[in-house]
Amino acid sequence: MSEVTVRFAGDSGDGMQLTGSQFSDTTALVGNDLSTLPDYPAEIRAPSGTLYGVSGFQLHFGSSEVYTPGDRPDILIAMNPAAIKKNIAELKPGGIIIANTDSFDSKNLKLAGYKTNPLEDKSLDGFEIFPVPISSLTNKALEENLLGQKEKSRCKNFFALGLMYWLYDRPLKPTLNWIENKFKKKPEYADANTKALSAGYSFGEITEVFTTRFRIKPAKLPSGVYRSISGNEATALGFLAASVKSKLPLFLGSYPITPASEILQYLSNYKEFGVKTFQAEDEIAGISSAIGAAFAGNLAITTTSGPGLALKTEAIGLAVMTELPLVIVNVQRGGPSTGLPTKTEQADLLQSIYGRHGESPVAVVAASTPSDCFDMALEASRLALKYMTPVILLTDGYLANGSEPWKIPHANELADINVKFRTEKEGFAPYLRDNNLSRPWTKPGTPGLEHRIGGLEKANISGNVSYDPDNHDLMVRIREQKIKNIVNDIPDLKVDGDSEGELLVVGWGGTYGAITESVRNIRQQGYKVSQTHFKYLNPFPKNTADVLKRFKKILIPEINRGQLAKILRSEFLIPVIQFNVVRGLPLRTSDIEEKIKDILGGLSNGR
Amino acid sequence: MADEKETQVQDSAYAKASADVQEKKYTAKDFATSQDVRWCPGCGDYSILAQVQRTFPDLIGIKKENIVWISGIGCSSRFPYYMETYGFHTIHGRAPAIATGVKISNPDLSVWVATGDGDLLSIGGNHFIHACRKNVDLKILLFNNRIYGLTKGQYSPTSEKGKITKTTPYGSVDYPFNPVSLAIGSEATFVARAIDRDPKHLQAMIKRAADHKGLAFIEIFQNCVIFNDGAFDVLTDKNTKDDNVLVLEHGKPMVFGKNKDKGIKLDGVKPVLVELNNGNSINDLLVHDEFDKSYIRSTMLAHLTDDPSMPTPVGVFRQIIKPTYDEGIVNQIAEVKKKKGEGSLEKVLFSGNTWEVN
Repeated sequence: MSEVTVRFAGDSGDGMQLTGSQFSDTTALVGNDLSTLPDYPAEIRAPSGTLYGVSGFQLHFGSSEVYTPGDRPDILIAMNPAAIKKNIAELKPGGIIIANTDSFDSKNLKLAGYKTNPLEDKSLDGFEIFPVPISSLTNKALEENLLGQKEKSRCKNFFALGLMYWLYDRPLKPTLNWIENKFKKKPEYADANTKALSAGYSFGEITEVFTTRFRIKPAKLPSGVYRSISGNEATALGFLAASVKSKLPLFLGSYPITPASEILQYLSNYKEFGVKTFQAEDEIAGISSAIGAAFAGNLAITTTSGPGLALKTEAIGLAVMTELPLVIVNVQRGGPSTGLPTKTEQADLLQSIYGRHGESPVAVVAASTPSDCFDMALEASRLALKYMTPVILLTDGYLANGSEPWKIPHANELADINVKFRTEKEGFAPYLRDNNLSRPWTKPGTPGLEHRIGGLEKANISGNVSYDPDNHDLMVRIREQKIKNIVNDIPDLKVDGDSEGELLVVGWGGTYGAITESVRNIRQQGYKVSQTHFKYLNPFPKNTADVLKRFKKILIPEINRGQLAKILRSEFLIPVIQFNVVRGLPLRTSDIEEKIKDILGGLSNGR
Repeated sequence: MADEKETQVQDSAYAKASADVQEKKYTAKDFATSQDVRWCPGCGDYSILAQVQRTFPDLIGIKKENIVWISGIGCSSRFPYYMETYGFHTIHGRAPAIATGVKISNPDLSVWVATGDGDLLSIGGNHFIHACRKNVDLKILLFNNRIYGLTKGQYSPTSEKGKITKTTPYGSVDYPFNPVSLAIGSEATFVARAIDRDPKHLQAMIKRAADHKGLAFIEIFQNCVIFNDGAFDVLTDKNTKDDNVLVLEHGKPMVFGKNKDKGIKLDGVKPVLVELNNGNSINDLLVHDEFDKSYIRSTMLAHLTDDPSMPTPVGVFRQIIKPTYDEGIVNQIAEVKKKKGEGSLEKVLFSGNTWEVN
């Protein structure tokens, strides 16, 4: 066996996210490549047993490269009937169900909409069912523990985790360490979780329910030191690195919003680096405070998700007009309006590039995998500081919460970001231009360079308020050209596969994994397909037109209604084929493969 | 106009005495820019600008390059363009939030906000109350003319009920904010009021605000000659002002009137106006205590403004000393650094569960 997809599912209070992330961390530690997809409801604790309260965590791991969290699970750990009901349609035919039989009482069956018990009524024929009384076995294992019944029963997820560790031959040690650390001051809880975990493991070992045990060998990853990392954590670390490498204090002004809040949470831990985090009164104050910090000479960041980006729009325009360096992170989620707060989507591309009043160009970049968020946070900071401009960094709910093994870079391998504040009085004007068309960054506190900036149109060079028509036209062009100049400072688009041919699959952002896996799969079936992926969306890399024109057909899979497709058509006057599914979930590789086959028809033997 | 040398800080207890910090003595001229001032002739903003420029040379220990003026949108928000300091004319309502970012990221700066009643209390209301609550060390000057001027004459959140304007041709039906009461209720640590046409008093209030460590708020009654002319006439006309303005002075009984013959005393918790030559003694009057930690008296004084039978108080309503938000952030960072040492990027990158692939 070389790969498997596991899904943990239960009530939102059952601890499925913790169970899933523990299983992921241990799996990473034993050397498998992996990709995860936490999928949880927006409600914190929906009424137990209900369908809308089901929280899931999917994990795909293997002994070779893993690009996606997997289309469909091979094995489903279902803590209650609702978890089966909600997930059964996606389980692979012949897949395994491990069910906590203790929760299959009449009340829970009814809540899930079952008239009879699916574990017994043969409706699940075609799947392999392992009924395990997880709750009662957990209680039994904790008989001597002094915790109350309610606390004890909350340990059942660790019993399930222990059982999964046995089934996939993973060590208990990493989770035992975690328990020890987490419950340092609560020995009874540490004891209960340890016993539940061990009991689950022993249950696998001593009962004869499971006849097979799966072994998935470590993947052959490039040598180095690794850790498991989520997109939000990687984003936070990227900014921390940018602060260290630019020798600028880091300021984050932000307002909590799903799924971006974790970046604020992570960065608020790094006070020993002098990081200042400001949890603002609202989204607008979040970006406004960051603009103030940029004016005062800090590396200024604001983080948000779609609705928050909409609120920050006017302030982004101010940063464009005053040409201050600022990074705006948009962890995209399902929209419009409140939409699907905990789900993923890519539908803010047009908003990011065009969504402001006036001619208001900003640089836009996007991360393609959870660990790539580190690189792109660092890159967005570099561009903002060098070009004195707001930069929007797009990630998404899937990248933010999903995790993968990350080959950790050494701090000294990361390039320095050189920042120079203007201090010379001689010849100073606030809107002087360097070769990149960037204006000087002059901190308040610098003697003799007192000056005023603001949202009113500025006279070129002097920066005085100007209503002159020709000056406005000039300034509009300068601001546009400044962003265009970034093209000379970013890597070319790379093509995976032949550099010309019948079909190029083009993606951007968080669909990298799904597209890559589809393309690799379909090549194995004899199809000839090339792939390219955008990380720079404004401006596009210099060779974009050249790459696109070498292919007869271009397919653009996106989790939106065709936003990149629209831009590429209008910018490069080329026909493109769209593939759009907007389900709040990552694209399924099988769907992309189908689409590619449709397009290529009988060309599979054409090699 | 007033000679700044005559204006004394009213209570020297909170005036800093470190005269040697400042290297160079500035003059009012040093704070004027080359920009033509573009307010309407007769606008109260001119007086406020003049009083600020006259006062700033006397601010002890603050260097010009460390002064930052932040504004939002509105007539008053053009203010930074006319001050030869660092300045940022931002977007509508957001000045307190932007100023907060400036102050947190560089606490050495002296950060001032110029704003109006629409900017601060309507679109920017949320930022204002939170800046007050957090006690960010900002100085907020509210130019309150009770009208929208730059958009040419719509009613504002401080316009009196029944106000007839372009958007309220039959009179406004909503109730106004009392800015002083709002600031006190939002936990501002220094709350004062001044009037554009009383330059000496305005200068004194600006100095007091500058000396206060924490959020200082001054409501300045400012006449808009075009859209709300005469709104404060009763408080500025030499025939009526003495009988209608109550100048609050710490430790002094609340006496007012042309002949100093009227006063405010407390009946239970209710303020009452009394005639002094009518059997009432000055000793019965309420004595102003700026440092009273309770909100009751300062709030009660704030609301005298809403009562047409009562005088309008000006001066310092309340001053409380407590740690500021920005110094809280700085101190926390210092504590963590003391405990953990300077951060190491390498250490953070390689923290948590790591494994090696050969």
